[in-house]
Amino acid sequence: MLASIVTLGLIGLLAACALGFAAKKFHVEIDPREQALLDILPGANCGACGYPGCAGYAKGVVASGSIADICPPGGQTVMQKVAKIMDLAPVTANPQISVVICQGDNKKAVQKYNYLGLTDCRAAQKLADGPKTCPAGCLGLGTCAMICPFGAIEMTPDSLAVIDRKKCTGCGKCVKACPRFVIKLTPLDATTHVLCNSHDKGALVRKYCQVGCIACQICKKTAPGAYEIENMLASVVYDQHREADQAVDKCPTHCIRNFASGYPDGSRFAAPTVPIKKTKAA
Amino acid sequence: MSEPVYISSSPHIDSGATTSKIMRNVIYSLLPACAMAIYLFGLPGLRTLLLCTLGCMMFEALCNKLGGKPGTLSDGSAALTGILLALNLPPGSPWWLALLGAAIAIVIGKQIYGGLGYNPFNPALVARVVLLISFPVQMTIWAAPTPFSTGFDAVTAATPLGEWKTAVMLTGKLPENLSAGTLNYLTGNMPGSLGEVSALALLLGGLYLLVRKVITWHIPVSFIGTTLLLSGIFWLVDPTRYPDPLFHFLTGGLLLGAFFMATDMVTSPITTKGMLIFGIGCGVLTVLIRLFGGYPEGVSFAILLMNAVTPLIDRFVKPRVFGTMQEVKG
Amino acid sequence: MSSSALKTFPGGLHPPDSKQATAGKPIELSPLPVELILPLSQHIGAPAEACVEVGEFVLKGQMIGRAKGFVSVPIHASTSGEVIAVEPRIHPSGRLLPSIVIKPDGEESWCELFPADPEKLTAAELIERILQAGIVGMGGATFPTHVKLSPPDDKPIDTLILNGVECEPFLTADHRLMLEAPKQILAGINILRKILQVEKTWIGIEANKPDAIALLQELCAGTGIEVVPLAVKYPQGAEKQLILALTGREVPSGSLPMEVGVVVQNVATAAAIATAVIEGKPLVDRVGTISGPLIKKPKNLRFHCGTPLQHLVDLCGGIEHPPAKILAGGPMMGQTQLTLEAPATRGTSGLLLFAKEDLPLRPQTPCIRCGRCVQVCPAGLLPTTIAAYVRLDLIEAAEQTSAMDCIECGCCSYSCPAAIPLVQSLRQAKGMILEKRRGA
Repeated sequence: MLASIVTLGLIGLLAACALGFAAKKFHVEIDPREQALLDILPGANCGACGYPGCAGYAKGVVASGSIADICPPGGQTVMQKVAKIMDLAPVTANPQISVVICQGDNKKAVQKYNYLGLTDCRAAQKLADGPKTCPAGCLGLGTCAMICPFGAIEMTPDSLAVIDRKKCTGCGKCVKACPRFVIKLTPLDATTHVLCNSHDKGALVRKYCQVGCIACQICKKTAPGAYEIENMLASVVYDQHREADQAVDKCPTHCIRNFASGYPDGSRFAAPTVPIKKTKAA
Repeated sequence: MSEPVYISSSPHIDSGATTSKIMRNVIYSLLPACAMAIYLFGLPGLRTLLLCTLGCMMFEALCNKLGGKPGTLSDGSAALTGILLALNLPPGSPWWLALLGAAIAIVIGKQIYGGLGYNPFNPALVARVVLLISFPVQMTIWAAPTPFSTGFDAVTAATPLGEWKTAVMLTGKLPENLSAGTLNYLTGNMPGSLGEVSALALLLGGLYLLVRKVITWHIPVSFIGTTLLLSGIFWLVDPTRYPDPLFHFLTGGLLLGAFFMATDMVTSPITTKGMLIFGIGCGVLTVLIRLFGGYPEGVSFAILLMNAVTPLIDRFVKPRVFGTMQEVKG
Repeated sequence: MSSSALKTFPGGLHPPDSKQATAGKPIELSPLPVELILPLSQHIGAPAEACVEVGEFVLKGQMIGRAKGFVSVPIHASTSGEVIAVEPRIHPSGRLLPSIVIKPDGEESWCELFPADPEKLTAAELIERILQAGIVGMGGATFPTHVKLSPPDDKPIDTLILNGVECEPFLTADHRLMLEAPKQILAGINILRKILQVEKTWIGIEANKPDAIALLQELCAGTGIEVVPLAVKYPQGAEKQLILALTGREVPSGSLPMEVGVVVQNVATAAAIATAVIEGKPLVDRVGTISGPLIKKPKNLRFHCGTPLQHLVDLCGGIEHPPAKILAGGPMMGQTQLTLEAPATRGTSGLLLFAKEDLPLRPQTPCIRCGRCVQVCPAGLLPTTIAAYVRLDLIEAAEQTSAMDCIECGCCSYSCPAAIPLVQSLRQAKGMILEKRRGA
């Protein structure tokens, strides 16, 4: 009994000494600012800043002495702290949020073919340009949801990607991953969007989607400053987004939506919603 | 409008092999051993088999339900785990031991890792070893085979390996009548766990697996080969202390382990070279544990230990990629 | 001859060959369809550039699309008639791609042809003729042949291999061609030998075509061309695997066959070369196998490039139910088609139609690490490991696990009991690695 206690104690002591020695011997001097930065960064390692992860960002900022590369998920609050640590003038981050500009789930949009294979939109897009007849709509295989570092994207039961406005930080990873470019970064305070990405003519759009923009001009007539129609597709002029809401009920195909009054059909996100981050933070 | 065409990446045909077919084939291959178990140990044997199999299926269904996952009973893996577990238990195991084993196998051995395909250890062996350590008494009561037994007349006895171990520990010598039982070992007329006793039935099942190409020869051959070789060396060195290789081959769980447990695909290496290393490792450990360990039997521990090394083997043993050898121009 | 004595490669498998429906059927000529759709991209490389306009009358063999760049070939009118459209049409890839649509006049009047004696032409002139005739690899890869025949000076070529393996199930077009036009193939081989100045020429044929092997062996006696029967195993016809089986040379990872001094050409390509050089006729038609469970009268057809698939189906007795899967090429590496309106092109070695019952539609289940994909992979890869990396978006790890060495033969997916789309994962990995390399 005593022998075992002594033996174990000795082993423990030896290991402790070894650890202590290693900690001293292999100690690496780092700039204290790097640690300070790391402490205030969001820690999602999303890579939206252009560096590999938050540690990479902290290292990069300290090394370059510049904060020109901003941390989109951190937003204004974090960037102000970064500026303070680095003793530089704050760089304003324009708070943004991702929006899937499509409502054509499997019930509302026509399938071009039965897709068999990897559950990955990028793979499906390589086969005859994706299983939806619409050339630009959401494929619904969830690549964006898989890739989102914040778990902010859900797939509805009818396979449409919907972004949670409370969780999205605007890091833009989904925007880059989507093979159909159906996710756009938009100003955080704009809640009204045209949820269609097809530039096809109205008659063609009607053939394959119940909720596509047919470029009928009604939104533009209702709120002239807030909409523009380019290449058969309407979009909100985000400088004027406050007026855009007037056209929501007028759109004949219901492809304009104000997220403040609800998410697209099938989404489990609670409605109505407002963004968590205030534009005029701090 | 007719249904749209199917578009997919090539290839557009498949071999028809499915996970459930593989599992079903392994179950078929165990039927001779199960039949022998029921014949030799009667009602208690049958009871243990049923309790383990149904128990495993029940716990699998329960886990699926709790985890909100689609049912996986139809893939047959839970039933297979149950059968393997039963074959690894003493014939007269109490009902609670069998059910507890089923729970350990499915819940702790498999489902907490994410279900089929993600478990690092063979679930049935995890259960067996946990039970063996937790309930050493119940797990080492071996009923002597009494055909068509109803369970009331069970006579307990030591397994041949146990008999040998006790003798060696007490006297440092082999028991005298040890190799007298070869024919009994072949047919299974010896005390032991439900499934390990009949070497013939196990060999028949193993052959079926090889013929149906469910498993490849690599693991069983290297496992058994190493065991025979190593035990042979010890036997040659001191035949009065160490039993002969045939004894090692026919008694204990070597055949059950080598053909049905070590070949579990999820927990063994994916490359053929890795399988050979795995088999050799199992063989070496089995002999070392049997000859020098505290327990008379080492197959379960050997396989579990090698299961733990499998990720390491897979990391370092890779097939040679086409075109990456040193340039040899023809 | 025992099968163990036959040359082959490591890995691979034996899918049911399903060739009996057409192996004994002589090649039939397809009559002209109502319209021909000629995509400007019928090969790997830059698409050709249209050089005719709507309304123009063209003659059979007339160039209607100009080659654009080195890795590109011209496109020719496959019959005489009127150009009725130059517009995007459905392409075998499933995309809408620029195509020239010709309404045949039914006359099949050839443009002016320039027959030649290959003996009197230099290697450079021969290669020029092959380029101008739009010859591409007809095994399905459609790589421009003149590029393969113009290796850089520091890569001496000493061996020519003719690929008559045809290891894809269902397909018998090359088999029939070897039986029916062996002299033309040999003429093409002689042209290739003259261009490449090789010491050794092999014709590799899978041992399941004994008639073709015997015929070619007889014709090749004394010519220095060796006809070698190869083990029946898929993918015996994959370029690198074929080279290994015949010569024992292993093409290094990431390199082309010319690295080991070998050029491989399909037997159908050799025949097309002979036609192009000797008769001066460009590549305007080819032989393909029309088969599959839904086809009533499976056939080997010689069709005009640009023939709509529907026309080929009608020639083979039509179909009762709409197909669930339309395949251009073989079942292991072929491409699924969106519609029968798509044209058959220079690379269409087969058209296969399947009903829903014939398709493997099992849902994907978890990998049970059975290792079958590893054992059958002829490239020595770990398909399931790479697929897992793709699932986790770990592209660098996939690259380090040699994903780029995948030849996309399909053996892994074919043998996977969990129905995991392994080949598609590997394609995905390759695509993303290339994207990353381009970006870096």
